[in-house]
Amino acid sequence: MSKKIRVLVAKPGLDGHDRGAKIVARALRDAGMEVIYSGLHQTASQIVNTAIQEDVDVVGLSLLSGAHMTLFIDVVTMLRDKQMEDVLVVGGGIIPEEDVSKLQKAGVAAVFGPGTPVDDIVCYIKKNVKR
Amino acid sequence: MNDLASLVVSGNHRAIARLISMVEDDDVDAMDIMKKIHTNTGNAHIIGVTGVMGSGKSSLIFELALAYRAEGKKVGIIAIDPTSPFSGGALLGDRIRMMDLSTDSGVFIRSMGTRGAIGGLTSSVYDVVEILDAAGMDIILIETVGVGQDEVDIVKIADTTLVVLIPGLGDSVQTIKAGLMEIADIFVVNKSDKPGVEQAVAELESMLDLATHIERRTPIVTTSAKEKKGIPMLVRKITEHQEYSKKSKVFDVRRRQRYEAELIEIIRKRLMNFIFDENKLKGTVDCCIDQISKRELDPYSAADQILGKILK
Amino acid sequence: MDKKDSAKKFSERRAEWEKNLYAKAIQDNPERKPKFKNLSEIEIKHLYTPEDIADVDYLSDIGFPGEYPFIRGVHPNLYRGRLWTMRQFAGFGSAEETNRRYHYLLEHGETGLSVAFDYPTLYGYDTDHALARGEFGKCGVAISSLVDMELLFHGIPLEKITTSMTINGPAAIIWAMYIANAENQGIKKTQIGGTIQNDILKEYIAQKSYIFPPEPSMRLIVDTFEYGFRQVPRWNTISISGYHIREAGSTAIQELAFTLGDGIEYVKAAMKRGLTIDDFAPRLSFFFNAHNDFFEEIAKYRAARRIWAREMKKLGARKSRSLWMRFHTQTAGCSLTAQQPEINIVRVTLQALAAVLGGTQSLHTNSMDEALALPSEKAVRIALRTQQIIAEESGVTDTVDPLGGSYYLEWLTDTMEEETYKYFDKVEQLGGVIPAIEKGFFQREIAESAYRYQKETDEDKRILVGVNRYKLDEELSIPILKMDEKGEERQINRLKKLRKERDNEAVQKHLLRLRKAAEKDENLMPYILDCVHSYATLGETCDVLREVFGEYREIAVY
Repeated sequence: MSKKIRVLVAKPGLDGHDRGAKIVARALRDAGMEVIYSGLHQTASQIVNTAIQEDVDVVGLSLLSGAHMTLFIDVVTMLRDKQMEDVLVVGGGIIPEEDVSKLQKAGVAAVFGPGTPVDDIVCYIKKNVKR
Repeated sequence: MNDLASLVVSGNHRAIARLISMVEDDDVDAMDIMKKIHTNTGNAHIIGVTGVMGSGKSSLIFELALAYRAEGKKVGIIAIDPTSPFSGGALLGDRIRMMDLSTDSGVFIRSMGTRGAIGGLTSSVYDVVEILDAAGMDIILIETVGVGQDEVDIVKIADTTLVVLIPGLGDSVQTIKAGLMEIADIFVVNKSDKPGVEQAVAELESMLDLATHIERRTPIVTTSAKEKKGIPMLVRKITEHQEYSKKSKVFDVRRRQRYEAELIEIIRKRLMNFIFDENKLKGTVDCCIDQISKRELDPYSAADQILGKILK
Repeated sequence: MDKKDSAKKFSERRAEWEKNLYAKAIQDNPERKPKFKNLSEIEIKHLYTPEDIADVDYLSDIGFPGEYPFIRGVHPNLYRGRLWTMRQFAGFGSAEETNRRYHYLLEHGETGLSVAFDYPTLYGYDTDHALARGEFGKCGVAISSLVDMELLFHGIPLEKITTSMTINGPAAIIWAMYIANAENQGIKKTQIGGTIQNDILKEYIAQKSYIFPPEPSMRLIVDTFEYGFRQVPRWNTISISGYHIREAGSTAIQELAFTLGDGIEYVKAAMKRGLTIDDFAPRLSFFFNAHNDFFEEIAKYRAARRIWAREMKKLGARKSRSLWMRFHTQTAGCSLTAQQPEINIVRVTLQALAAVLGGTQSLHTNSMDEALALPSEKAVRIALRTQQIIAEESGVTDTVDPLGGSYYLEWLTDTMEEETYKYFDKVEQLGGVIPAIEKGFFQREIAESAYRYQKETDEDKRILVGVNRYKLDEELSIPILKMDEKGEERQINRLKKLRKERDNEAVQKHLLRLRKAAEKDENLMPYILDCVHSYATLGETCDVLREVFGEYREIAVY
């Protein structure tokens, strides 16, 4: 059996807009990946513990409420504390351009804004998975 | 690798998760570790949970896990969802109902895709049970894909099998495939807050009245995961079943069956890997298949050829 | 010639036209697509003629504005008498900042207020709650107590201007704060006007800002209906919403069907309690999306009016006002692009025009930068000007329902109504709205439509200007709204001060009374008002209800 890419699609914080997260989860499944969807209202601890237990290759964070600078960085920091730097972290949602570079510096490998074709996300993950 | 084995046995979540991935991916180093940790297994009580889609298995497992945690027990949960035969991918969505347990260090939850296996489980499930058992889990709950007659492999691995139903299925207690009904050690009628509970229970009872060949009448428990009702009774019934099966030697018989199934699965996998390995027999196999397609060779003689090479 | 002869002659002439002129035209200029389907998958023909509406009878099917079945509108002279309310949804950071934005908008000509709350507030958490981390003021204003409400409306004459508040789970409490604030200024309950969204069913279906499970949530909503028509008669105690359902990815037909279905469910719940339909129905209002397909949206609003009037009649409403489908519209947020944001102004203009031609009572136009952040001052001003240009310069307000009688539009209106009733039947078969929600029916339909839309876009079958065609590689250079960084600290300090300085005994007394009333089936509004007047916080009040009612956990459907 060939190795599957395992992805956790997570919605940190209180944002309830899950249209995009669900579409991405479905598209990743259609691309042959095993996708765990966390559901809404996840804390950084819940996301990171899930990432550990599920031994995911990728964590995808979706957020449209504007709280990304705090919450995405919480997740990346916690992953680093648990020595999980080999997990690819990507994000999406409503994130202004100037925040994207700050997030990337903090450890979010890529941010996929509105209008990104899902195939771009699939290709990016396949190309950049670290494990 | 030594490290990984001892970390798993000490209950380290990261190590457990890594080892599970290794066995799922048929990693060569996994086997040595599995051999090392086997001596630590044998303590966990394995509970299989199956039933039709929509019967609330995940929520029920969540409630059971909470109950066992309250007793101070360590709980492992394996949640299995179907892998798409077309894309090879899977949406593993059972965990979402258990996210409150994500930060409890006494709980380990792993979502798995069937990855081509039929029978409601995944071929690695025996290995994962071994790993969780060795890691110190007292209870291992397995949620299967349980949609029909074929998805009954759970009985091969579980010490206690729960079959979950919901009321309001009309006369569907009869339409639920025979296999699913026969493997139950306990029937759970979930979503008991909905109308039709008494009818569902009555139908089960009359079905059990007709089953004269079983030694122990299968208990029926009604639960509502939503309203948190019936869970203590269910835990009691599971414990009763465990005691019964140990006293009546059913436990030993079932364990033996499980190890047999596990052994067969290990052998089958190794055999298949060997046969389809590029460096081993894949060349021969491909050649045979070509010949069969051209009708120059029949499949039976082909098998003789291939097996002949292995058994020599 | 008589009717039959006319019809025959028409068919003949049409067939001739198709065979000759049209056939030649499509040879010279082949159709750009194999099929022209609108966003709801309805196939659109190349031409609509009187034949397509041959069965429509003006008097019984269309009627005059202000009369059943209200297709042409609920007001006989609509915008000739009074323009729609220009009501821009706004809110960010702390109450003081938002208050400044309200004054700005009023200065620039908006005619009604609309409050956006931040996520902690939407979920009934105070700013200093653990789950509020990082979320303060990010997508709306933070309101944790009556103190914040006072600051939010500072300097605004509540007896002269109406306010719409987009709040659902804790709607009753926020409404109580609004009322209490007015009362503290000497303004009577009978003098204030506005709307609370208060539509919990669509939260379960699409927007997901729920707190309590369905049953207690419906109880709270009926409490507000009752309190409203008795004590706050100028207030719309619900805004039954399709906007969010559409934003979550539904088609226009699904938006129409699911929204009106929710509306009927609310009416039934209120009637079950024993309320008389003609008492509360006139204060039910609606909230629709204005998406890209121009004619589909107009047909949607018209069909909504007729369907609602008919259904309300069926439920026993007798007063004309009980049959009115009055609505607010917001242009579609999900249609905005982050690429070449200035062109969003054009999208919003077309969408706003559709809403006006559909007869909306109140309108919010999105700002061009909203795919990136909350609106900057300049962007929201342009959005407001868009409405003002339509109102003053375009001439479309000179007559009522100007597109009435269009063969295409009347056909489309009828078609959308037919499809809506098919959905009504399906939901009926599933046992009703709440059972259908529990079975994931609406969520699944929406997820499917959303996925299909994405696929069509990714495969270039649906063109999004700037996204998959007419792209531009440019550095984004529009100013993004900056919020006051000290806002959160200020708010938390305010809360600390409040908790110290208020009469805590009174707070506890009122919270206990609320709990007892919640455990029974008394109308909770007076109790909530008492809590709010004594400066109990939003979080404290919601916590009491959370304990009594429990919290809702969703089933996830893809």
